Amino acid sequence: MSDRVLKTVFTEEMKKDYTILVPDMLPIHFDLLIRIFASYGYKMEVLHTATQNVIDEGLKNTHNDTCYPALLVIGQFMDALKSGKYDVNKVALLMSQTGGGCRASNYIHLIRKAISSQFPQVPVISLNFSGLEKNPAFKLTVPMMLKFIYAVLYGDLLMLLYNQCKPYEANEGETDALLKKWENRVGKLFEINKFHNTKKHYRAILDDFAALPKTDVKKPKVGIVGEIYVKYSPLANNNLNEFLISEGCEPNVPGLLDFVLYCASDVVNDAILYDKKTKRTLAYNIGYDVLYKFQKQQIKIIEEHGVFMPPHDFEHLRKCADKYIHQGVKMGEGWLITAEMAALAETGTENIICTQPFGCLPNHIVAKGMSRVIKQAYPEANIVAIDYDPGATKVNQENRIKLMLANAKKY
Amino acid sequence: MSKIYCLGIDVGSTTVKTVILDDDKIVYTKYERHFSKVRETVAEQLKIIRDLYPGEIFKSAIPGSAGLGIANESGISFVQEVYSAFVAVNKSYPDADVVVELGGEDAKIIFLTGGVEQRMNGSCAGGTGAFVDQMAGLLGVTPDELNELSLSAQKIYPIASRCGVFAKSDIQPLLNQGAKKEDVAASIFQAVVDQTVSGLAQGRKIEGKVLFLGGPLSFLSGLRKAFVNTLNLSEENAVFPELAPCFMAYGSALQAMQLSDEMTIDEALEKIVNAKSEDNIAVGEPLFREEKEYQAFIERHSKSDLKYADLKEYEGDAYLGIDAGSTTTKLVLITPDGRLLYQYYGSNKGQPLDVIAEKLREIYSLKNEKLVIKSSCVTGYGEELIKAGLGIDFGLVETVAHYKAAAFFCPDVDFIIDIGGQDIKCFKIKNKAIDSIMLNEACSSGCGSFIQTFAQAMGYSIADFARLGLFAKAPVDLGSRCTVFMNSSVKQAQKDGASVEDISAGLSSSIIKNAIYKVIRAKSVEELGKNIVVQGGTFLNDAVLRCFEQELGRNVIRPAISGLMGAFGCALFAMEKAKETSNLITAEKLEEFGYKATNTQCNGCGAHCNLTIIKFADGHRFISGNRCERGAGIKIDTVSENLFEYKYRKILEIENKKPKNPIAKVGLPLALSFYDLMPFFHSMLTDLGFEVVFSEESTRDTYYKGQQTIPSDTVCYPAKLAHGHIVSLLEKGVDFIFYPCMSYNVDEGGSDNHFNCPVVAYYPELLKANMEELNDKNFIAPYVDINFKNHTAKAVSRALAGYGITKNQVYDVLNKAYSEMRRFKEDLEKKASDIIWDARAEGKGIVVLAGRPYHVDPEINHGIHKLIASLGLAVVTEDSVSSLVNTPSLDVLNQWTYHSRLYRAAKYVCENDDMQLVQLVSFGCGIDAITTDEVRAILEEKGKLYTQLKIDEINNLGAAKIRLRSLIAALDEKKAKEEA
Repeated sequence: MSDRVLKTVFTEEMKKDYTILVPDMLPIHFDLLIRIFASYGYKMEVLHTATQNVIDEGLKNTHNDTCYPALLVIGQFMDALKSGKYDVNKVALLMSQTGGGCRASNYIHLIRKAISSQFPQVPVISLNFSGLEKNPAFKLTVPMMLKFIYAVLYGDLLMLLYNQCKPYEANEGETDALLKKWENRVGKLFEINKFHNTKKHYRAILDDFAALPKTDVKKPKVGIVGEIYVKYSPLANNNLNEFLISEGCEPNVPGLLDFVLYCASDVVNDAILYDKKTKRTLAYNIGYDVLYKFQKQQIKIIEEHGVFMPPHDFEHLRKCADKYIHQGVKMGEGWLITAEMAALAETGTENIICTQPFGCLPNHIVAKGMSRVIKQAYPEANIVAIDYDPGATKVNQENRIKLMLANAKKY
Repeated sequence: MSKIYCLGIDVGSTTVKTVILDDDKIVYTKYERHFSKVRETVAEQLKIIRDLYPGEIFKSAIPGSAGLGIANESGISFVQEVYSAFVAVNKSYPDADVVVELGGEDAKIIFLTGGVEQRMNGSCAGGTGAFVDQMAGLLGVTPDELNELSLSAQKIYPIASRCGVFAKSDIQPLLNQGAKKEDVAASIFQAVVDQTVSGLAQGRKIEGKVLFLGGPLSFLSGLRKAFVNTLNLSEENAVFPELAPCFMAYGSALQAMQLSDEMTIDEALEKIVNAKSEDNIAVGEPLFREEKEYQAFIERHSKSDLKYADLKEYEGDAYLGIDAGSTTTKLVLITPDGRLLYQYYGSNKGQPLDVIAEKLREIYSLKNEKLVIKSSCVTGYGEELIKAGLGIDFGLVETVAHYKAAAFFCPDVDFIIDIGGQDIKCFKIKNKAIDSIMLNEACSSGCGSFIQTFAQAMGYSIADFARLGLFAKAPVDLGSRCTVFMNSSVKQAQKDGASVEDISAGLSSSIIKNAIYKVIRAKSVEELGKNIVVQGGTFLNDAVLRCFEQELGRNVIRPAISGLMGAFGCALFAMEKAKETSNLITAEKLEEFGYKATNTQCNGCGAHCNLTIIKFADGHRFISGNRCERGAGIKIDTVSENLFEYKYRKILEIENKKPKNPIAKVGLPLALSFYDLMPFFHSMLTDLGFEVVFSEESTRDTYYKGQQTIPSDTVCYPAKLAHGHIVSLLEKGVDFIFYPCMSYNVDEGGSDNHFNCPVVAYYPELLKANMEELNDKNFIAPYVDINFKNHTAKAVSRALAGYGITKNQVYDVLNKAYSEMRRFKEDLEKKASDIIWDARAEGKGIVVLAGRPYHVDPEINHGIHKLIASLGLAVVTEDSVSSLVNTPSLDVLNQWTYHSRLYRAAKYVCENDDMQLVQLVSFGCGIDAITTDEVRAILEEKGKLYTQLKIDEINNLGAAKIRLRSLIAALDEKKAKEEA
């Protein structure tokens, strides 16, 4: 750290009455996560602001060529700090950090730079699982992490079922109401520590969603893959999920757990590829196995239940990747994007939107760079890469998606 | 039962096309420009149809980028336009293989055979109809005239084809240097073709029977010719249907047949006219609420005016200042006390020399006999040409010229912002010297010429268009990206029903936001200081000025001669430096003034600069286009060796070492990380018994060789070049190409991690997936981390097992490979220290030209190092000095090897008074978004100036030169201040 930018540390003292602001990404998951944090005494709030001012603040406070996710996250933070809604002496900011070779590991530093001249007193906390930055009053314990994993599992399941029901609901609004109900219930499960019995809860959720009255129209499935923030965040992708549903499609969005497994597998892969075995490798190996077992269980229950299409099996994804790209490609979302495209095409979701921030470096390789070979393997695959950027307009994006849909509906 | 017609209404970004079908027969077609009055034009067209087919029943469908909105709101079916084309082609040309369609702002390709694929240009690609219009405007001709010109071209210049903004910055200097309009016209069409081939085809070959559709292709024969030639199409395989401009409307009419809605034209009209626009445009504040407010504004600004004197009456000394800008020419003549005798501001019509000669003639004919022009000075892109042609006494860097002028009006000025035709320049002034300079990047050139093009596209003069915005009630928020993006923002606003007034005001505000957010990047108004002077032609536009004041929340000074400030500063400078007599061309000589321009290629070195030689009537010559002295025919004896050339040569020399009885021929591409690791891999492979062959030295042709296989058009140019290098190696008949994937680069210590950037790390994966010729046998790309010897031996031996290479063998040659790498580096460092030593002995300044290892490739750096050397500075590279210091304290995660060197180089520069750092940034390098700010912070903390040069395939150094000269001027001024 230089003297140019102040780094305010988040202390135990602050933990008592500070509000920690969290940028928007996955509405279902993040709401669960902050409820878990709340049970450990952290007061958190997810920012849902989506005004033009968010983008303007982002533009003002980041470099022109910084990727769109960084711009939006910083814009959302600056917008919040300046809004007057929060006591700027009683807020902290939270940002995730993976430590990978893409720019995203630098977001936290860009946030500090952005706030340093106007809000130097605001601490920025790094949420990372690799020991990159340490904040004494923000320690992640094993039980906490375990809860997060469960939250991801529940979140993924709810997202999956919502997307498979919403396009077909017979009575408008019922799917949303059911989602709300279960978001609340699952949140409660974490509060009362009753979340472990996944089998029971998964089944209850599945039954509820299966019971929703649905029409039997056939709709084309459209997969959404891409850079993690743009893929999930409605702010970044101009409500892509909602747009697809309104256009008469069924969105198929791979879950967050795949990304978590991908991060874990990278450490394991590195050990094999470069003969770099450390203590961390061992821990990640165990972690990976546990997570994968959780995923298998969920898939199994969905399959047994028999109504919905389960998420991709991660080991299968790895095999999909191997056909086109090496698992050594581990920056950004790396080989996972290629694998997800292939797995979607293979399972009948041939229409795929690959979302990415304009100028995303890893995606040159793993997304645009791999679509030729995937199309070779699946000639019917209908892949469109959409760039997101503060200047890219919705009309342009929608027109391109509509072109893809015109093709989708042809078959 | 009455007959049912089918109607297709294709509402594009610039035109409305209508087609009516009677059964299968086309009975009516029309093509009409809408000048952004989308709804009105559609209504008009429908009325025409109504009068022709009164009371008839129609089934209608609307495709097109601007049609989406109308369709949604009116409830008439929308059909996607590319899909419409697809339907129409299937119907009338079932044997076509590929369809290329260029529209106003979209470009599309449909591959029909071998897997149907439909593609549209992404959000960063403007090489389309609007682009051609824009370029025609730049040349001062209509698109038809541009077409005529192109047909008699003799020469094609390389013009960046990625987007309009880039192309413009290639074309402008060509024009300023006197290139022939015919050649430029043909080059523009070639650029459109290249854009389509590389941007859209993305690895798929355009071959077989090709159908060309859309307005531009049917109206511009020169463009057709360029396509046919580039794609090598035979006559029967290049199809230009008569219906081309209206093809999509035809396709949509065909689709309308399947639709159920039937209505009369009156019903359709009613739907469209009464459609409610979706009210989702972001709206800003009006510029002026009432006329009175505007008057007060005008009143306030009229105070910053000059006094005038009459050219016919005035007797005595006078000083001439000329600003030969990128699109406009400015001229002033002043008296010693700063009164204005003559002023001119106008387009340079692509021929600045002619315009200025004509204006000089005018001055000579009007002036009082006793008026003597004592001295003259010129600045701007055309500086050298004008100076040589007309005997101007001095040349001045633009930045200094502007500061001189601003200080005349406001001696305490803190901040100057100048928005011209193509440039935005901002300077902070501290202690009466230019403290920092901010210039717009090639990418965000949303400047003056941009608003002008828009005005023209909407059918207004720039002045009228700007005036419309003044009293707009609800200016639209159009974002603040570059021109191409802005086009689509405007499209969206139009779709949402914004008026021309609102768009005009919105555009003015975009220009300002672009300047503040993108160029200045001010976090708060205080940063700009108290006394702000605005200038440049664009600020003559009251709407732009008002937006600026609104955005800042404070008043600024706009001199009435805002557009002439560069010229005025020159005149002031000419006065300061005036000698006894001026060298300026006399009235008599001016009468016979004339010149002839010829083009040739310099063969002085591998760069092969395109030279334009201008021969003046009196016999003397002026050469432009050259990067170094060689092209200008000057003998080189004083230019010291620079490390860019040295390093490049040393890398090429490595290839000479070959084993006696090679087992096989292995190719290493001269691309990306090989500019750093060549000594290592060459040594390793040679010692393993392979004959190592390098790919060709990069040229523009190398790029073209691989162009068709580039899947991502926004990746950096160095990566794009790699495709050509692979082709080159295959041409050389190597047995295999060795190109390892490297997540990790060499750990040089002092950093958080030592990654490669994602593109450098994994480009081999992309090459393999996109170049058909490559397979597992001829392209070996193991994952290697060369920091670990044992692992490297294992990974490399596994990859080369097919050649019988064992792990022990590799292990044994690695020590030498490591030491070769070290020796190469030490040699560079030694050479750098020699260069620095020599420069110091001669009292020269030293520039650390800091980028990436691959920036030594002359096709990537475009000879910038030579340009710096020609300005009298010694040049070393970042990697030759970065190990001389420890890593400075940083506010970023320091996790990439190459970028880590930049931080150390910056620290090293801070420790040496006679050194400056100039950062080279490849366009599209996302990581430099992080490094540039950090390097700037390191330098500025120690009071150093930061200069950044962005490079791409763009081949002209005009902008780079201005930056570098500004840097030198600022340094000189700083030095002078310190000495005073």
